Amino acid sequence: MAKAEQNPSEEQKVMKGTSAVARGVMAANPDVVSAYPITPQTGVVEKLSDLVADGELDSEFIKVDSEFNAASTCIGASAAGARAFSATSSQGLKLMSEPLFTAAGMRLPIVMAVANRSLSAPLSIWADHTDAFAERDGGMMQFHAEDVQEAIDHVLMGFRVAEQVNLPVLSNFDGFILTHVQEPADIPTEEEVSEFLPPRDPEYTLDPSDPKTMGAFARPEHWTEARYEIQRAMEESKDVWAKTVEEFKEIFGRDYTEYNGMLDTYHGDADYRLVALGSMCGTIRKVIDEYRAEGVDVGLIRPRVHRPFPTEELREALGDAEAVGVLTKEMSPGYESALAGEIKGTLYHAENQPPIKSFVVGMAGRDITASDIGAMIEETMEASAPMAFDEQESWPQLREELLADGGD
Amino acid sequence: MSESEDPYENLTITTGAVVEPNTSRVNKTGSWRQFKPVINVDACIACGQCDTYCPDQAAKPVEGEDYYGFDLDYCKGCGICEEVCPTDAIDMIREEK
Amino acid sequence: MSSDLQDQDFTDELEHDEELWNPGHRACAGCGPALAMKYITEAAGENTIISQPTGCMEVVSTPYPESSWGTSYIHNIFENGASVASGIEAAYKAFDRRDPDHLDVQDSDDLNIIAVGGDGATADIGIRALSGMMERGHDVLYIMYDNEAYMNTGVQRSSQTPFGASTTTSPAGDESIGNDTNKKDMTSIAADHGVEYVATASISNPHDFKQKVEKALEIDGPKFLHVYSPCPVGWSYESSKTVELAELAVETGLFPVFEMEDGEITSVNKISDRKPVREWLEKQGRFKHLFDGEEPSEEAIEELQTWIDERAEDLGLDA
Repeated sequence: MAKAEQNPSEEQKVMKGTSAVARGVMAANPDVVSAYPITPQTGVVEKLSDLVADGELDSEFIKVDSEFNAASTCIGASAAGARAFSATSSQGLKLMSEPLFTAAGMRLPIVMAVANRSLSAPLSIWADHTDAFAERDGGMMQFHAEDVQEAIDHVLMGFRVAEQVNLPVLSNFDGFILTHVQEPADIPTEEEVSEFLPPRDPEYTLDPSDPKTMGAFARPEHWTEARYEIQRAMEESKDVWAKTVEEFKEIFGRDYTEYNGMLDTYHGDADYRLVALGSMCGTIRKVIDEYRAEGVDVGLIRPRVHRPFPTEELREALGDAEAVGVLTKEMSPGYESALAGEIKGTLYHAENQPPIKSFVVGMAGRDITASDIGAMIEETMEASAPMAFDEQESWPQLREELLADGGD
Repeated sequence: MSESEDPYENLTITTGAVVEPNTSRVNKTGSWRQFKPVINVDACIACGQCDTYCPDQAAKPVEGEDYYGFDLDYCKGCGICEEVCPTDAIDMIREEK
Repeated sequence: MSSDLQDQDFTDELEHDEELWNPGHRACAGCGPALAMKYITEAAGENTIISQPTGCMEVVSTPYPESSWGTSYIHNIFENGASVASGIEAAYKAFDRRDPDHLDVQDSDDLNIIAVGGDGATADIGIRALSGMMERGHDVLYIMYDNEAYMNTGVQRSSQTPFGASTTTSPAGDESIGNDTNKKDMTSIAADHGVEYVATASISNPHDFKQKVEKALEIDGPKFLHVYSPCPVGWSYESSKTVELAELAVETGLFPVFEMEDGEITSVNKISDRKPVREWLEKQGRFKHLFDGEEPSEEAIEELQTWIDERAEDLGLDA
């Protein structure tokens, strides 16, 4: 576990999360940056604009009319052979959804920072993961950062892996909690990054010296294979990612290599294991410390990568738990949270199936307190199979008194 | 005139389904045709109007001659050439297949 | 018919040289837009990247693994032809400045970047992308091929469908004269974005159209061309009449041919003895309900004629 120090070391700088991510993007030296403002991502775009305006970054910065065309211009640029970057949140990611699915199918390694935020309605600017999960099935790799340092590093590693396997990347970091925090972080220099991240060398470009046709439609006899190639590339990306985190560690010293870079654990062999994504894991660690001090054997498994899904790693990390509690900031109305469903699916054919409780928490920026987490640990410790469907998942922060008829 | 074998039997899908240029010529659209253009070579003044207005690149000068002819591999039989020919040198006739 | 004519076949004595819009495409017989693609590629030449939104010309030209294009070509989705082109242009600006020796790319000075979309993909669903491309000043030529409806999906009404046309979503009926709006004026919209060169052309005059493509490509920054391209299937006429109907649209003033430079009209293809629009309408099945002799139809023809007359006066169309 590589965590940022509380007190910045000499190499570290304290700056707003969005600025730090922008500085990291600068080190990757993209040819084209195209992005549109949206809270809470805006700081990334603004900082990149500043860097271009001040001559520190010589990317083409396209001041687009919408997120839709941020993604579309990145597709054009990436097809031409450029390294392209964008950033967005929430509704903006929704608006990009259509072109992003095609970026995956056309195998364009566009990297995006996504400052996670809830989806309307009702309108909310605050963080959860419903935006990222809504794009789950598009063929974009997805990472979730716990802190600002990871948000920077995931973007850099994202370019490295994306350009090898030809898939787009969504590098998620929680809105406000990480975008607007002032945290010390190492900002890699362009020199360091150029050692880690060679220039993009695409198999095809649009240059007329070697003309190609991109974006052909496929008939039923070819479509399945064309789209299946995304699945294969996702599988391949696991190995590439594992190598990437090793290379990253060698050059930058930060160690993301646990479980092939797919999972990060904290007392990962404990009897009771929580699973969660992103920034809430900081609070979870503190509560785990408190419970462990009182003799409760509880730990944390944090997927760093959500697509490709860390199937084998989660089987290994969860299979021998007494019980598992999934804390998640997303929902799938009409079923249960997607993350809980995926983890259950992963364990179905594993040797052991620990009982799993899931908890929908922290929606649209609702604070997840230490006592919330404590209660979820205790509920997880009570879990035993079999469970009725309505026992599997709960909304511990739900204020039932606000519901019509008191929720009855 | 038309090929019956599947030209893509040994196809390997390229990364991103990228396609080589100028590859649609394998598709012989002449099979769509019901009426075929024929040229009166004596009336043709080789002005090239038929070529200019052919959507299918099927009207071309005949090599070594001073008149135009039609590529029956691709001609769909639309009849534009007959309409635009200034000397009425082109007739569309029902094709006996 | 004599059998020697049945046997006439020069196929093996013809040469297809250097065509950048190749035969074998699956456009319908007599397709007007297919002619536009031919003229665009002839005028632009091989140093060209074409970005094309979804539509008839995309579908007929690129069934995997075939392509009718000899130029570089990209299709992405329906509403982003202009922004994909914008991204390509931005990439080449970056390449010019950075001179990436790992990429074998050419100088953008010699490169033509052209977006070519249908009327729906341009004037309707893609207008945000087009507006952004024009407003930001990308060095891209945008060409709208106009066949006056969503033909690829089966003749649904677009903002370029003329008044009175029966389409599958503006059908004529007891309470409907067909489409009840006039064509949206894309040239003014482009000119009001500050686009330096805006022009219209018809596939019935390929020389004029190709000259305009060439002229546009000489200009740095965004350019907009509106090319009129009849559709025999969607308009319901015999496939041989495509050029004639395009020409009649010009001669009736339904489709005026002109150029705008820096927002001012600088040339108009003047028409002597402008023909009544009725002559153009009565040749097409999509207007046949206007000629059944009943009362509202005459009014509809008159309404369309008035719209044409007013535009003709504004443009100084009559010689």
